[in-house]
Amino acid sequence: MRAVVTVVGKDKTGIIAKVSDFLAKRGVNILDISQTIMDSYFAMIMLVDLSKAVKELGCIADECAELGKSIGMSIHIQHEAIFNAMHNV
Amino acid sequence: MFNTKEVLETINMVEKEHLDIRTVTMGVSLLPCIGGTAEKTAKNVYDYICKKAEKIVKVTEDLSREYGIPIVNKRISVTPASIICAPFASKSFLIGKALDDAAKTVGVDFIGGYSALVHKGMADYEREFISSIPEVLSTTERLCSSINVGSSKSGINMDAVRYMGEIIKQTAQKTASSGGFGCAKLVVFCNAVEDNPFMAGAFHGVGESGTVINVGVSGPGVVQHAIESIPEANLSDLAETIKRTAFKITRAGQLIAAEAAKRLNAEFGIVDLSLAPTPARGDSVAAILEEMGLESVGTHGTTACLAMLNDAVKKGGVMASSRVGGLSGAFIPVSEDIGMIEAAERGTLNIDKLEAMTAVCSVGLDMIAVPGDTPASTISAIIADEAAIGMINNKTTAVRIIPAPDKKVGDEVNFGGLLGRAPIMPVHGESSAKFIARGGLIPAPIHSNKN
Repeated sequence: MRAVVTVVGKDKTGIIAKVSDFLAKRGVNILDISQTIMDSYFAMIMLVDLSKAVKELGCIADECAELGKSIGMSIHIQHEAIFNAMHNV
Repeated sequence: MFNTKEVLETINMVEKEHLDIRTVTMGVSLLPCIGGTAEKTAKNVYDYICKKAEKIVKVTEDLSREYGIPIVNKRISVTPASIICAPFASKSFLIGKALDDAAKTVGVDFIGGYSALVHKGMADYEREFISSIPEVLSTTERLCSSINVGSSKSGINMDAVRYMGEIIKQTAQKTASSGGFGCAKLVVFCNAVEDNPFMAGAFHGVGESGTVINVGVSGPGVVQHAIESIPEANLSDLAETIKRTAFKITRAGQLIAAEAAKRLNAEFGIVDLSLAPTPARGDSVAAILEEMGLESVGTHGTTACLAMLNDAVKKGGVMASSRVGGLSGAFIPVSEDIGMIEAAERGTLNIDKLEAMTAVCSVGLDMIAVPGDTPASTISAIIADEAAIGMINNKTTAVRIIPAPDKKVGDEVNFGGLLGRAPIMPVHGESSAKFIARGGLIPAPIHSNKN
């Protein structure tokens, strides 16, 4: 199963390091990353593979939200199907 | 890889514009539950629903976390209870209690289907069933009731319309301590649909399969935001934008519906692509109409704006889902929409204008509070007007009206939560009693020579 991780918030040092460390500890493999800075806001999108993940997506989603709070960013992980459904005909 | 703009658009829709799946509703046929006695049937109903819907709360919560889309309500709709209560109508309340208990056990917000379809005639057992509604709605929490009193094919059963005026008054009296809250769980329909996932009017039609999942999507805030982003656009471009937005919202609903049906071992029924407001600011259908260029909802131009909105939502949604059904359109429940509440308080929005609006949108006069001393015949006449609009225009119309006990124009009733607060709206003082007392059937309309 693949999912999309989004990280949005004020730019600061070490965001990618923290998020990728968090994912690695849960067996989540990063397939692709894109990152932009818009109006001093940091927006990172990762496509990840959960086939070897040690926890269920729902659990990881809850933990992502907690990590987001602790570093002052908005972090989501969502099943990729939702984006396919909404943006591809 | 996904386009950054598209991914962030989805995140924004959820975080800032109140995009949500309004309801995942499991339709359950109760026909296998009919037993020899009321007591036996009530037990069967409770056991059957608890088994069928055992996982609905867990599955919807899992889906919500995995896809990152809030799912606000989990509900159940059942076969119109008057059918399974027919052999023992005087004990219908036992089935009502069993339904309410089952809803509490499985943890759903509401259960709909304490209903009867009497659009062409009302049998003695149906009259007896309907007579139980005030008591049942005042002694249960999560049970909702609906009665179909007319259809384009059969006409309007005015005996049922007259009776429902009295039942609504009795329900308000029995729940006087909560402002007549029982009436918020009671809908009178013309052309009721059998696969509606929204409360209080949901029931599981007898033409439906055994267990189905129907999903209602929402997102007035998303549509409002889309219109805000093109302030100078003409109405053709506006309609295009609304269509595209409705498409995206509905696709999310379709995905959740298909996945929920799979996990719950039920058939995928329909996606209902309604714009359902909540009392939260930024989640209002009235705000969309005002964003289109009206100073206040209720002023001249409201009906035209609403007609366009309703049609564009349908057009976008129909392509997005393999099966569209339910009530699909824009809802205008007064107490549940902050823009409607404020317009009603200002006096810009009155019942007459709302009635005109219901001719071009889904569904009807919804969550309207009127003075507690409004005669039953006036309520019946309001129902008759609404039913006539539905019958002639081949659309679903409904009335959910609360004659709030001891309240008068200028007061308000507060139901809290998603049901919001309703300012008491004035009704015409002139009597309709003689018209309502006539009874009988308004014949079905001719379907040619339309002008």
